Amino acid sequence: MQDLPTAPHAPPPGRIGAWLLIASVVVATAGAFAYVGGWLTPHRLTPERLVNQLQDNAGTFAGFRRNHAKGVCVSGWFDSNGAAQAYSVAQVFKPGRTPVEGRFAIPGGNPYAADSSVPIRSMALRFALANGQQWRTGMNSMPVFAVGTPEAFFAQLQATQPTAATGKPDPVKVAAFFAAHPETGPFRAWVRTAKPSASYATESYWSLNAFVLTDVQGKRHAVRWRMVPGAVATEDVAQRAGDADYLAADLTRRLAQGPQRWELQITLANPGDPTNDASKAWPDDRRTIDAGTLVLDRTEPQDNGGCRDINFDPLVLPDGIAGSDDPLLAARSAAYANSYLRRTSEEAHLPGTPDARRRTEHQP
Amino acid sequence: MTPLSKMFVPAARVLHWLLAAMILTMLFVGIGMVASVSARHDWLVNFHKPLGIAILLLVIVRVVVRWRNPPPALPADLPALQKLAAHASHWLLYFLMLALPLVGWAMLSAGGYPVMLSASLRLPSIFPVGPVGFAVLRHLHTWLALLLFVTFLAHLAAALYHGLIRRDGVLSSMTWRRRAGDLTDE
Repeated sequence: MQDLPTAPHAPPPGRIGAWLLIASVVVATAGAFAYVGGWLTPHRLTPERLVNQLQDNAGTFAGFRRNHAKGVCVSGWFDSNGAAQAYSVAQVFKPGRTPVEGRFAIPGGNPYAADSSVPIRSMALRFALANGQQWRTGMNSMPVFAVGTPEAFFAQLQATQPTAATGKPDPVKVAAFFAAHPETGPFRAWVRTAKPSASYATESYWSLNAFVLTDVQGKRHAVRWRMVPGAVATEDVAQRAGDADYLAADLTRRLAQGPQRWELQITLANPGDPTNDASKAWPDDRRTIDAGTLVLDRTEPQDNGGCRDINFDPLVLPDGIAGSDDPLLAARSAAYANSYLRRTSEEAHLPGTPDARRRTEHQP
Repeated sequence: MTPLSKMFVPAARVLHWLLAAMILTMLFVGIGMVASVSARHDWLVNFHKPLGIAILLLVIVRVVVRWRNPPPALPADLPALQKLAAHASHWLLYFLMLALPLVGWAMLSAGGYPVMLSASLRLPSIFPVGPVGFAVLRHLHTWLALLLFVTFLAHLAAALYHGLIRRDGVLSSMTWRRRAGDLTDE
């Protein structure tokens, strides 16, 4: 009858084993938690380390995205023609109109980089479906990504980090990276002929990663997509020499004349086409569906535009579209979330965050 | 007090152990998913959200069960400080079990994300969209989760202390079977 309130307990001697057991259980549980959280394995690749490396390469610009920092907001709509309905139950593919918020940008973490500094442009979109679901996608103006895994991407960032002495990447490290990563071959072949475009409106934008559409029978179809522009590049980039911010001005000028259009082309994989490696293009003869037209009719600066507080996480997907086994997708989702928390914390002036006002020091 | 009231009612015990397993899983899933860039990240996130809402619903049921079936009193000879710690830590546990899913839900709402529990099941937004609200709630979610984990460790240690050191029936009032001698009427 130990429960009787009248029986006072003096802890009996010889309970050292019990105390040790209790301590062991608590320490083991806390240790497992620390291990899963990455605190005991500082060399594990985490979203935190990936975004830290982006900051090491480009600098820290409070309030801005840690990659593709320089850009502009756009908005408009998507007119679906219904052709993709046979492959996906997503509401966005039924015939009709879906509002879109988006963003054009250039790669890199410096929001004051010159538009001509990289030959790549990006288009990010958020389709707001009538049923409340969303489709977010971040696309780039090249047909293949340089690498296929988050580890290789991290190694590429490390290899291309500017050195303190020159302010430029160490060419020896860069060469060593490319030598160790033959999968970068198709991207390097593309980049050799690529020139920085004079306009966002004349570029094609590829999803790069593969996704999976699910049709009404539940059948899964591996796809990649791209946005193909209606506008044709005419202007020579050389005319833009001396102007670091021509892309936003060009877009404003074009939209003043009328909306800009892209066709959404969805390419279906053949059996055996790699869905888990964005560094490998699929052959050109793959079946492609024209799913509808993206129309953008408005642009705003990103400082206060509608795209500012959107995290274009490529795994925010509606019913009928899902991620594939491409390992970059989860890494993008994880790293974007980390970047989003950093910049929103800076916008909120939370303690311990870099002061967002510092951005003015970097302005040219 | 009748001797039978010295055990938690069966519904409370089932809910306790179910929630213990779910919440411990949830804490490890949460801390693991934000530290991962692998494919695990995606399925852990997709598991975290419906599990969190399931916990919220079960905690509400647990509160009702507890309110209708008051728990057995602590041993009268328990030092006052330990009684205070027991009561305070239980209030804290209930607060955190209710607050964490709600903060997570509000945080996704503030971030402008659709709150998807499955490919097609979406919860309504419960917080205005904005970066300040998102950042505060997102950090709060982490800090409350760490506080819950520490409170859980204290709860675990205290339960083992009652079961192994004091052997006062507090631990067995939440388990399936009394050890011989703990309670004569069973």
